[in-house]
Amino acid sequence: MNKILIIIQREYLSRVKNKRFLLTTILTPLLMVLFIVGATYFANQGKEDHKIAVVDQNGFFKGNLEDGKHIHFEFPEGVDTGNYIQKGFTDILLIPEFKGTEKVNYIIRSKKRIGLTTEEAISRRIDAAIEDKMLQDAGIERAQLDSIREKSQFAELKSLEEQGDSAKESNAALSYGIGFGSGMLIYITMFIYGAMVMRGVMEEKTNRIAEVMVSSVKPFQLMLGKIIGIGAVGLTQFLMWIVLVIGLMTAAQFLIPHEVLDQVNTLNQYNGQIPAGGMMQAGDTAQNIYKIQHTMSTANWPLIIGCFIFYFLGGYLFYASLFAAVGSVVNEDPQDAQSLMMPITMPIIFSFIIMTNAVQNPGSPIATWASIIPFSSPMVMMARIAYGVPGTVAYWELIVSMLSLIAGFLLTTWLSAKIYRTGILMYGKKVSWKEMGKWAFRKN
Amino acid sequence: MSAILQLEHLKKHYATQKAVDDISFSIEKGSIFGLLGPNGAGKTTLLRMITGIFYPDSGSILFDGRPFHPEEDIIRIGYMPEERGLYKKMKIGEHALYLAQLKGLSRSEAMEKIRFWFKRLEMESWWNKKVEDLSKGMSQKLQFVTTVLHEPKLIILDEPFSGLDPVNANLIKDEIYGLAQRGSTIIFSTHRMEQVEEICDHIVLVNLGKKILDGTVGNIKQQFKENKFSIKLSELPAVIQSEAFTVEERKMNELIVKISPNHRSNDVLQHFLQQQITIESFHEILPSLNEIFIGLVEGTSATTRAFQQPS
Repeated sequence: MNKILIIIQREYLSRVKNKRFLLTTILTPLLMVLFIVGATYFANQGKEDHKIAVVDQNGFFKGNLEDGKHIHFEFPEGVDTGNYIQKGFTDILLIPEFKGTEKVNYIIRSKKRIGLTTEEAISRRIDAAIEDKMLQDAGIERAQLDSIREKSQFAELKSLEEQGDSAKESNAALSYGIGFGSGMLIYITMFIYGAMVMRGVMEEKTNRIAEVMVSSVKPFQLMLGKIIGIGAVGLTQFLMWIVLVIGLMTAAQFLIPHEVLDQVNTLNQYNGQIPAGGMMQAGDTAQNIYKIQHTMSTANWPLIIGCFIFYFLGGYLFYASLFAAVGSVVNEDPQDAQSLMMPITMPIIFSFIIMTNAVQNPGSPIATWASIIPFSSPMVMMARIAYGVPGTVAYWELIVSMLSLIAGFLLTTWLSAKIYRTGILMYGKKVSWKEMGKWAFRKN
Repeated sequence: MSAILQLEHLKKHYATQKAVDDISFSIEKGSIFGLLGPNGAGKTTLLRMITGIFYPDSGSILFDGRPFHPEEDIIRIGYMPEERGLYKKMKIGEHALYLAQLKGLSRSEAMEKIRFWFKRLEMESWWNKKVEDLSKGMSQKLQFVTTVLHEPKLIILDEPFSGLDPVNANLIKDEIYGLAQRGSTIIFSTHRMEQVEEICDHIVLVNLGKKILDGTVGNIKQQFKENKFSIKLSELPAVIQSEAFTVEERKMNELIVKISPNHRSNDVLQHFLQQQITIESFHEILPSLNEIFIGLVEGTSATTRAFQQPS
């Protein structure tokens, strides 16, 4: 046992002490934020302004087509498809004459191809204009229409989840976010750390360290030490991220003015509704912060984080030993690794696909089954847990899923160890999956 | 002296071939033992069984008189395999420490021994260098140190001199002698016969998974001698005719003769003494191990069988 500890220590320290580890751990979340900010920025920046000349045979749309941020409708005289570009328009919208209830085709011609979102925006504006026209045709005055629009209040749907006697507020969007986020994170880390294990084993084999090592320790100890060491690196990385996020959030709190914080606290006290005639009025900022805090509080964080760590470790252990087995049979040629990895990467990718479905339908039979079978349970169960235990996921499902994952990784580790033991000392021979199967199920 | 290692009817079969097919021999404590054989003869498989990496299909290994238990006995064995390497990114001192700890030494013990050996082999300044910066010969030296660091009773060296320059090869050779004198037993596996002749007390030759030769270097040479002698004379007579020997080769004033059956070397001397020719030197020509090795391995199974008789 002591030897495994020595191996774990080396595998862990040699990676954590590396400057690259610190750099990636800090840079990854920053890059992620930058990526999201950048993507949003460019998505908005990238939109071109459309100056659209409308040729309306009915004379109805003038004044009824609403301009957007990047879309401007104009109704010039004497513009046609032949000259709209010369006259400074980017597009021309041709509206044919209405003929009763018959469907008509609107045509838009452009200098450049119109993007999907712009096309949708234009189409929506035309629809709204037609709706207005129809309502007006039905005898509703323009002024009436506007006043109805103004007065109508949009309903806010608050969904409650049965929990024994009381009902708990739940938030589908948040659950979706957590489910997808944690499933995605497990997916990515499984590949990153799985590949790290495989590369480590390949390094030992190609650098001819394996035989030196197995003359001191059992191959199983060597494999397990590497897997646990790298798993600990992964956990360290998560821990650092959590600390980083908490730190950033605390830092952000100092940036919020004092009054706003007081208002948020008052909102918290009164459950979001400040009593009329109160001393304080909550500003928009305070309202927003309260909303975010309130939404976040609907999730069962300790359970989610606890399960995340369990499923991350379980899924990692389940696949890492398989990656180690593949690494042990690969010779110098990295191309071999690619083809041998296929049978391992396929179920991971497949689980990811099921996971994206499960976050939308957490109660569907396929999601339920996939969250119990150890091949896919780490990702799929995380997607479902976000929707609540025991609401969406029954306790027995969670327990069976966890137990079968433990049994699953014990089995894969046991089989992989047998492949590893033989593969790591074998040089110059290309090994097929069939042979690996033979090694795995050999008696001793 | 008793045997440190006794192999009895060891067998190890792979799917397609018999890698080790019923091999038995024993190794005396404190001796330098040569395990020889061509590529693919089964040497590595044999060594892997002795080091506990493989389990034999059948047969038994006695280590120091008791059945071999790899898990406990591994601490008393140092193995430098032919396929050897180091973690490239590690520092040399740390690497030595890591391997020593895996052999069961405590940190402080390991440090002490590493310091001793690094000093002895003039490697002290290497401590903070990375393995990837070492030359092949340097990493070979480091390999050797990590193999013998924990003062094992049995040291197994597979091609220990490959990649070493003559100076360092001599350095290591002296260390091997020193270790043997201090009571360690050394198994030495190689293709280089001149090294075996120089270093080893006892050798075993394996081919195709079977032992085909076993004995001390001297005995084996005696066994394979062809009764050839070299004789240097003051002058060579034009005609040499004798029942006792036949001339194989004539040089300036030297003859290589082969003694006929039922005659002795004295008969040759007598022949020339009778002719009043001055004999300047006379010595037996023993075959080199290399010749014996090639003769045995190149030969068909018939020659192999023939040589099994005397042993």
